[in-house]
Amino acid sequence: MQEKVLLRYRDLTADLEAIDNYIADGGYRTARRAFTELAPEKIVEMVKESNLRGRGGAGFPTGLKWTFLAKNTGKPIYLLCNADESEPGTFKDREIIENDPHQLLEGMMIAARAIGCVNAYIYIRGEFVYGAEVLKHAIAEAYEKGFLGKDVFGSGRELHFHVHRGAGAYVCGEETGLIESIEGKRAHPRIKPPFPAVYGVFGCPTIVNNVETLACVRHIVERGPAWFKAIGPASSPGPKLYGVSGHVRNPGVFELPMGTSLREIIEVHAGGMRAGRTLKAVIPGGSSVPVLRADEIDIAMDFDSVAKAGSMLGSAGIIVMDDSTDMVAALRRVAHFYHHESCGQCTPCREGTGWLEKILIALDEGRAGEEDLQTLDNVAKGMLGTTICVLSDAAAMPVRSFLKKFSEEFRAAAARAVGAASA
Amino acid sequence: MPTVTVNGVSVEVPDGINVVKAAEMAGQEIPHYCYHPALSVAGNCRMCLIDIRAMSAKQPNPLPKLQIGCNTIVADGMVVETNNPRVEEARRGVLEFLLINHPIDCPICDQAGECKLQEYYMDYGRHHSRFALEQKRHKHKVVEVGPDIMLDQERCILCTRCVRFLEEVTGTNELCVKERGDHSELSLASGKSVDNPYATNIVDLCPVGALTSREFRFQARVWYLDSVPSVCTGCATGCNVDVHFRRDSLYRIKPRANAAVNGYWMCDEGRRTWRANHGDHRLVASYDRRGEEFVQVDATEAVSRSAALLQACGKVAVVASASVSLEEGYLLGCIAHNLGSGPCTVLSPPTSDIADDGKLISTDRYPNRAGLLALGYRESGALPADVDGVLVARCDAVAADESAWGPRLEAMRATVVVDDRISKTMAYADAVLAIASHFEAPATLVNRKGRLQVLGAAVATPGAAIAGWQSLAELLEALGGPRYESVDEVFSACCAELGLGVARTHEELGSTGATLDQWAASPTNVALSSAASATVA
Repeated sequence: MQEKVLLRYRDLTADLEAIDNYIADGGYRTARRAFTELAPEKIVEMVKESNLRGRGGAGFPTGLKWTFLAKNTGKPIYLLCNADESEPGTFKDREIIENDPHQLLEGMMIAARAIGCVNAYIYIRGEFVYGAEVLKHAIAEAYEKGFLGKDVFGSGRELHFHVHRGAGAYVCGEETGLIESIEGKRAHPRIKPPFPAVYGVFGCPTIVNNVETLACVRHIVERGPAWFKAIGPASSPGPKLYGVSGHVRNPGVFELPMGTSLREIIEVHAGGMRAGRTLKAVIPGGSSVPVLRADEIDIAMDFDSVAKAGSMLGSAGIIVMDDSTDMVAALRRVAHFYHHESCGQCTPCREGTGWLEKILIALDEGRAGEEDLQTLDNVAKGMLGTTICVLSDAAAMPVRSFLKKFSEEFRAAAARAVGAASA
Repeated sequence: MPTVTVNGVSVEVPDGINVVKAAEMAGQEIPHYCYHPALSVAGNCRMCLIDIRAMSAKQPNPLPKLQIGCNTIVADGMVVETNNPRVEEARRGVLEFLLINHPIDCPICDQAGECKLQEYYMDYGRHHSRFALEQKRHKHKVVEVGPDIMLDQERCILCTRCVRFLEEVTGTNELCVKERGDHSELSLASGKSVDNPYATNIVDLCPVGALTSREFRFQARVWYLDSVPSVCTGCATGCNVDVHFRRDSLYRIKPRANAAVNGYWMCDEGRRTWRANHGDHRLVASYDRRGEEFVQVDATEAVSRSAALLQACGKVAVVASASVSLEEGYLLGCIAHNLGSGPCTVLSPPTSDIADDGKLISTDRYPNRAGLLALGYRESGALPADVDGVLVARCDAVAADESAWGPRLEAMRATVVVDDRISKTMAYADAVLAIASHFEAPATLVNRKGRLQVLGAAVATPGAAIAGWQSLAELLEALGGPRYESVDEVFSACCAELGLGVARTHEELGSTGATLDQWAASPTNVALSSAASATVA
């Protein structure tokens, strides 16, 4: 893609953090239109038409999600922007928040107008101290201009934005965990149904959308759904932020058309492998999705194509591992994370995440044999689809895929233990 | 009403219930830990995973993921499988997860024998352990969370039933779960102690041995205990209970579900009522006064002596506490009638310094006031002025007010006391009849809402005491009244007197009772009434 949309700040010399620069670059025109010209149904229609799919990881159609809102409940409707960005390997939303905050605010304004929201929250992870400050400053600027407040763009409509900082738990990024957290409770994800669109924050109909998703909303309404749909595959289109980390020469966030090949992202945009190293494995969508081998990277990075390849686009946080990587140690580290982050509500996740890590530590330290590999896979299997939220699946999927894709390495680790035992 | 099919069994169920209940109605068990019908749905134990083969008649497609039965509301045409290989595997997995960090200290656990971990392991698990013993996570084992409750954090499966009870039922919020993941532990909220009038219900709610009763701890193996359905006599509410006993000893009282009375709960005060059944204060023999001396006599002699004493009086008053059962109350009324005295008197005050709490606890500390009032008893705090004889049943009038009652009883020509415990009033008695407590003989009581309920007999009467109805029936017979051979005969006569039908039995009333109105309207026991009419013929 020639033109950067979501990362437009990179092509400009002016600092988009300042509202005047953002306005000078055409910003807030669309939000103004949304409040003064467009009917909310029209905005919803455009977003549905665009086939925008949620950029948080699940890829659920955004417009469709909005239509699930309970109607005529007499309760306020809330829009929550999920800026928790807690999936390991993911750092794309931060790029928008810290460099182009008004783009997010404008997207949120348009979304809020579409769904009839008066109070919207940005739930930002606690570690993003700077990002939270940037957002607070940007919101203050928007209030000053009359873009937020009691009379948005002179339309007579009211809209308020609030920044809520999390305290660093992974599970706060799960939308109902996030809702509980905003309510001041422990982020224990809720059982569904009811879904947030019916019973969300403070018991009111609620829409939770990711930062990048909301940023896309601005451009869809500005340029039309046809423009959006023309970028990448029609079933999962749009500009996309890919975050590449790990053993590449040029790690970072890249804005590319949805469906750009994984090989191109790694080899061209991220600069390829370090000198003398070869690619071994790629986790394509944040630490929770199944791993791919080096021979599996000729895939289009869109929701459907990655799913077809047996993994998930997820948050598009691409973690690249070269041949120096010990897959047992890598998986041990991933398992440690999920063990540490399980909220402890559901039995399989609470007990399973710790068990997975214990086996992997034993394996890594040469104390686990072939039988333990079977147990490992079986324990992970029992954690799939059996809990309230998908943290359990997020812990289990990497385990199963690492075992499957790098079985010889895991067997070698197990054999080491057998050798040690018989010696 | 929607029709739901569970494991091939179709059943019509009420709207809005969940699949766990619907399955129960279809005779299918869905094992569960965290779900409790009287608490909000937590959905955390994951034991009730089921396979929904069809969501409803309108959406006959199977759901891709297993669902939890507790949070799935029935729909017409829903088809559910609870025992297919997919469900069985998931359930076995959940059980294994629950047990990996569990101490499995069943040999020293009080819950053993009534533990859902044990039961479901035998029914659905039976896996071999794949988790090394030394890897188990250890937590605190003896945590005093309240005056009556001990917590073992290792045994806890974090179902949060107790947390939800203390939040939703008592509103006292003493317990919470703290920490995260497999570090999670049940814990006291800071500065609190589980010390509320309903605290021990969390011991019953706990599906495992994490919360135990400090009173019952290490007292008995539950499989040695028997139980009998009964009613709490601690106040006028009449909570339905099971009385647990072994041979002649009572061990504990647990609430028994009855939506019309107590739901699933009872108060701690009521749980402790069994303690008064044991001890030196119990009256274990009947006595006759010979001058200044009390002489122990057998029940028959005590009855005939009492009859003679009362018949020798000019006018007799019958006074009772509202602890007297319906059968005893009826017989006392017959005795009063035979002696030509006026209506019987309930002496117990209807209120106490314990206030109605809007839940289960009543300010009326007596279990059968409504029954006695239905029988025509008057409420009064004093004796009528013109009497020279008195029959006192289950009532220590002297202890309540010695200055008022002492001189009056002193002046009586005859005072006969019927009770299950030694009382101060007995010091003024000319004859004392020892009777059973409410744990020892079947009887009925009417609670404050007019519900007629059966007291079950758990243990034998101590010493030479006999059932209250029996003692009073013999006294009535000695005074020229009819003869009653069984408690059901007395109950039946009492029912006839109250316009509740004839030839009725305790068994027919059942373990959850009926309001007086319902009972009057329900058909009487045909078999028994025809047998009774045959006897008459």
